[in-house]
Amino acid sequence: MSARERILERLRAAPSLPEVLPDVAGWFAAHRRNEDLAQRAARLRSGLEGYHAEVHDTTDADWPEVLLHIVAAKGLRTLLIGTDTPHGATLEARALDTPQLVPYDRSIESWRDRLFDAIDASLTLARSAIAETGSLILWPDAREPRLMSLVPPVHFVLLDAATIHADFHSAMVAENWQAGLPTNALLISGPSKTADIQQTLAYGAHGPRELIVLLRHGPGGMA
Amino acid sequence: MSRMAMPDPASAFRQRSRSAVDDSAQRQNFRSAMDYLQAKRRTQFPDEQELVGLRDLGEAIRRYSLANLPRLLEQLEQNLTANGIRVHWAESADAANAIALGIAHRVEARRIVKGKSMVSEEIGFNHAMQAAGIEALESDMGEYIVQLAGETPSHIIMPAIHKTRQAIAALFVEKIPGVEYTEDVDALIQIGRRVLRRKFAEADIGLSGVNFAVAETGTLCLVENEGNGRMCTTVPRVHIAVTGIEKVVEKLEHVPPLFSLLTRSATGQAVTTYLNLISHPRQPGEKDGPEEVHLILIDNGRSQAYADAQLRTTLQCIRCGACMNHCPVYARIGGHAYGTTYPGPIGAIVSPHMLGLAATYPLAFASTLCHACVEVCPVRIPITDLLIRLRNEAQAQPGTVNASLRGSGAARTALVSAIWSAWALIYSRLGLYRLTSWFMSRGRALSPIEQGAWTRSRTPLTPAPRRLRDLLKDRRP
Repeated sequence: MSARERILERLRAAPSLPEVLPDVAGWFAAHRRNEDLAQRAARLRSGLEGYHAEVHDTTDADWPEVLLHIVAAKGLRTLLIGTDTPHGATLEARALDTPQLVPYDRSIESWRDRLFDAIDASLTLARSAIAETGSLILWPDAREPRLMSLVPPVHFVLLDAATIHADFHSAMVAENWQAGLPTNALLISGPSKTADIQQTLAYGAHGPRELIVLLRHGPGGMA
Repeated sequence: MSRMAMPDPASAFRQRSRSAVDDSAQRQNFRSAMDYLQAKRRTQFPDEQELVGLRDLGEAIRRYSLANLPRLLEQLEQNLTANGIRVHWAESADAANAIALGIAHRVEARRIVKGKSMVSEEIGFNHAMQAAGIEALESDMGEYIVQLAGETPSHIIMPAIHKTRQAIAALFVEKIPGVEYTEDVDALIQIGRRVLRRKFAEADIGLSGVNFAVAETGTLCLVENEGNGRMCTTVPRVHIAVTGIEKVVEKLEHVPPLFSLLTRSATGQAVTTYLNLISHPRQPGEKDGPEEVHLILIDNGRSQAYADAQLRTTLQCIRCGACMNHCPVYARIGGHAYGTTYPGPIGAIVSPHMLGLAATYPLAFASTLCHACVEVCPVRIPITDLLIRLRNEAQAQPGTVNASLRGSGAARTALVSAIWSAWALIYSRLGLYRLTSWFMSRGRALSPIEQGAWTRSRTPLTPAPRRLRDLLKDRRP
């Protein structure tokens, strides 16, 4: 008999103590704030700022200016972007001198050292967000790989204000996550941090020191 | 693992506790850390009703998951396998390490970088790898500090809670070449970041724990603030996750309430910086992520707890550490005095299943049964009931020894057995009881002045001059 069979056999031999399936949806429905999109955006912002992230209101037209202004102010020289993304294309179309745009266009093995040592910042899109906890949802993929939101010291995130969910549960239900998840799904709430030395909070533990959110409002204005 | 394999675990535990309480600097560290963590947790639960409801829900999810454990483990295995993640089963710590070593040898790994995992501590992973000539480096800042100092974690969430920043500053100067002494916490963290960044890039294997494993989607959930867990599970070409078999939940929607309870109870955060959900190895066209992902499901005594309806509740634990943060005993003796991987109240109830009651029974007695742990446990584990149960099991008489609980009866001594036998005899025979109490009250002058620990800070206990039945006799009209 294999270890698997022995473990399962022991568990099956234990007394059966049936329990009912908990009503998770019911609990969240009863505890969810009834907020409109503008209120959710405000709650998301206050959560993110509480975690030391920056949030900037932008529009579809002006987010590149806002981004480039911050990049210049912080003296960032290289900006990692994805491949085949509309927002990446928008930046590429500007033929910028600085920052130098570096597309993540090959596998990590072929440029690991450069990614770790020579990239100042990155820009990725967030899939959506969670107002309740001030969290961004990212589903990295072939176009915007996983390490883009982790390795560069500064991480810019473009977030469409219309995609802000009330809470984690409503996000996964609305987006039907149970039908199948990607290789990696992430909730990101602020820059990387630690309190492992005498409970003193320090940012930039292993991931980004700065998380900068460009909240992109639709044509309807400040959603 | 063999730290408790001493002839007399009770006196060894007493000795460790004694030297811990005599270390006033360390006590100060723990006291201020506990005050900090308790206050942080309180701010996260301003609404008592919400807390009650969320704990009910958390408990219900964990109980439901355990009730269906064998089915959910099979479902998890099936879906992980379909997703391309390889599943291994280990009955013991040694078996788990052997599986990891097998993978390491096959991929010719020389360096393993580790995210925070208490299960890896439980199985003695680092030692097993080092013995095979493979470097296993901790990358969580607290774990890194503890490993650099050649110590073990003293808290399951904050491993270096026992160390001051001065001690850490000195440690960095001693162990890391080219480092200048600084007590600035930001600077110290940046030193750690710089050293470990190289290590992530060089490692062949990343090791992680698992906070929740979702059966319906075949997903491993990791909760963290630093990003080292994401590094370990993304940069090296192989990712190995280790977890206890109890960590599985059926549905993805079971994660949000447990995640919320975990972060709020553990460190008083509404949410951690990262929740990392892993469902596949690197897919064709993807540019990063490990080519291979493995999950090692570890029993190591958990099925023993599972076999008993009451002890099974131990497995509801989501490892938040709130029980130790609120434990008056833990706050005074700290994590190392327990001598087990898991300290505090959860350590006292879970360690007997991993190491046997013979080696761990003193921990069940190191409690005032004050209920602080029960009041804060986010999944309502009846910790004090379990402590009493383990005390009884440890003292079990021949004939009542529980054959399915390793070490049952181990704490029984001839003297204690004789005292209780005499007590039972006296209290079950009226004549004998009257005679004994008559002698006790008449002979009260013979009571010893020194009564061990009791008289160190209290007046000696002396029987009353007159028995209750004598007093009652006087009151009769």
